[in-house]
Amino acid sequence: MSALPSNETRFLADADALAREIPDGACIGLPPDNSLVAMAVVRALVRRGAKDLKLLGVPVLGLCADILIGAGCVREVETSAVTLGEAGLAPRFTAAAEAGTLKIVDATCPMIHTGLQATEKGVPFMPLRGVLGSDLVKHHPDWKTIDNPYAKGDPILLAKAIVPDVALFHARWADDCGNVWVGRRGELATIAHASKACYVSYEEMKPGDMIEDELLAPGCIGSVYITAVAPAPRGAWPLGVPGAYGIDDAHLAHYARLAKTAEGFRKYLDEFVFKTVAA
Amino acid sequence: MNFAKEELLAVTIARLIGDARHVAVGAASPIPATGAFLLKQKNPALRISLLQKRTGNPFTEGSRELFDLAGQGRVDVFFLGGAQIDGEANINLVQAEGKRFPGSFGSAYMYFAAKKTILFREEHSARVLVPKVEFISAPGWSPPGVERRGGPAALLTGKALFLWQKDRRRFLLQSVHPGSSAEDVRANTGFDYDAPAVVPQTNAPSVEELRLLRSPVAQVILENYPGFGKRVWEGK
Repeated sequence: MSALPSNETRFLADADALAREIPDGACIGLPPDNSLVAMAVVRALVRRGAKDLKLLGVPVLGLCADILIGAGCVREVETSAVTLGEAGLAPRFTAAAEAGTLKIVDATCPMIHTGLQATEKGVPFMPLRGVLGSDLVKHHPDWKTIDNPYAKGDPILLAKAIVPDVALFHARWADDCGNVWVGRRGELATIAHASKACYVSYEEMKPGDMIEDELLAPGCIGSVYITAVAPAPRGAWPLGVPGAYGIDDAHLAHYARLAKTAEGFRKYLDEFVFKTVAA
Repeated sequence: MNFAKEELLAVTIARLIGDARHVAVGAASPIPATGAFLLKQKNPALRISLLQKRTGNPFTEGSRELFDLAGQGRVDVFFLGGAQIDGEANINLVQAEGKRFPGSFGSAYMYFAAKKTILFREEHSARVLVPKVEFISAPGWSPPGVERRGGPAALLTGKALFLWQKDRRRFLLQSVHPGSSAEDVRANTGFDYDAPAVVPQTNAPSVEELRLLRSPVAQVILENYPGFGKRVWEGK
């Protein structure tokens, strides 16, 4: 992985090709379940046997993390929560946490956003109000409290700049110029801006240059940030792409039931990850 | 008139929200959402930001916008729960008795930034309401000198309503719900709290409140919390 090129976006064949680009040991910034998760690439990472990944939840993690943890791909998570939402606890995360086999750095949502925003600006840290007195501050290795230099006796918390190796998410569209459209999901732009490399799967290709379109441009992340894209129709399934398809709640409930046991989880992988490439 | 426990809790939430202008409702909180939408029936100007809203979500800048809004003081009321809640209003969303929970979400920030936080946990037991939480996700109070806009206002459970007394750093038992009693609440609460000699019963929903809950409010809730809505209002 070279450091921060002004990317010339590469166009890859499929989700498996994207997964091959993400090295073992990488720190991957990931969005929450309602924000365009690249599930097809996550399944491809499991198929290629990815190892020692560090997952950064921006700001929380869900199904993708639970699958990667259960499949033994993950060494560490930093996140504000891991949850399957309405489907309940994330069973493989919970089991690994309770068995002590997973390193967990607990955070709180805006501290993760703030750490990434510091990186966006190229500054080493950024302050955030609140949080002081939470045990999170005691345990987090990168948070420091300072006195506000502009006022006396005003302690304030600093988030160290967070630099993920990889940003990974799904887009509704990519275009010929390597721009991707994610609509209102602003956290995806933040992850893309702050990461050394950015891999994006997409639903559909749009001919031309979306940045030239005044209506599409505000929902775009410009190709300068995008390392490579690949097509993955229904690539967020069983999660959703707002405006295209919704979250498959029945599948999530099915997963939550099966993944309660290690054996059930293996069954799930066999059926939905190893056997089937796309739904 | 008969009513469901969830309806009583939602009506109580609506009263606690009071004259707020902007309520934000976080992850998996159907009862707080129901209370907020009930209040909106009476006060159409009330702004409700449902973080979980699947389509037409109120935020256009992604999930950090809520925190930026709250940081500026644009969120009047927020809701938090806890795997454990203690008598100093500290909440724990991380771990308890060897069990791992999802995590702290935005609590450590929102508890400071929202003008008023209503603590809500339906389970009322000595296991949840403990003398001291095992892990402080977000503290109930802050020492002098620590900038803090807001904090706890009340704790609502399936058995009772407590008000937070900021100057005493203790809860005050305000009322007990039908089916419970002051003795039952004392026996099932792991922390100490103040209580009047005679504890009143939580006000039951009015006929008008129940009518609103079962028609216009139920419709909105069914869209966003289908499992909850079907269980409460369709008997499924």
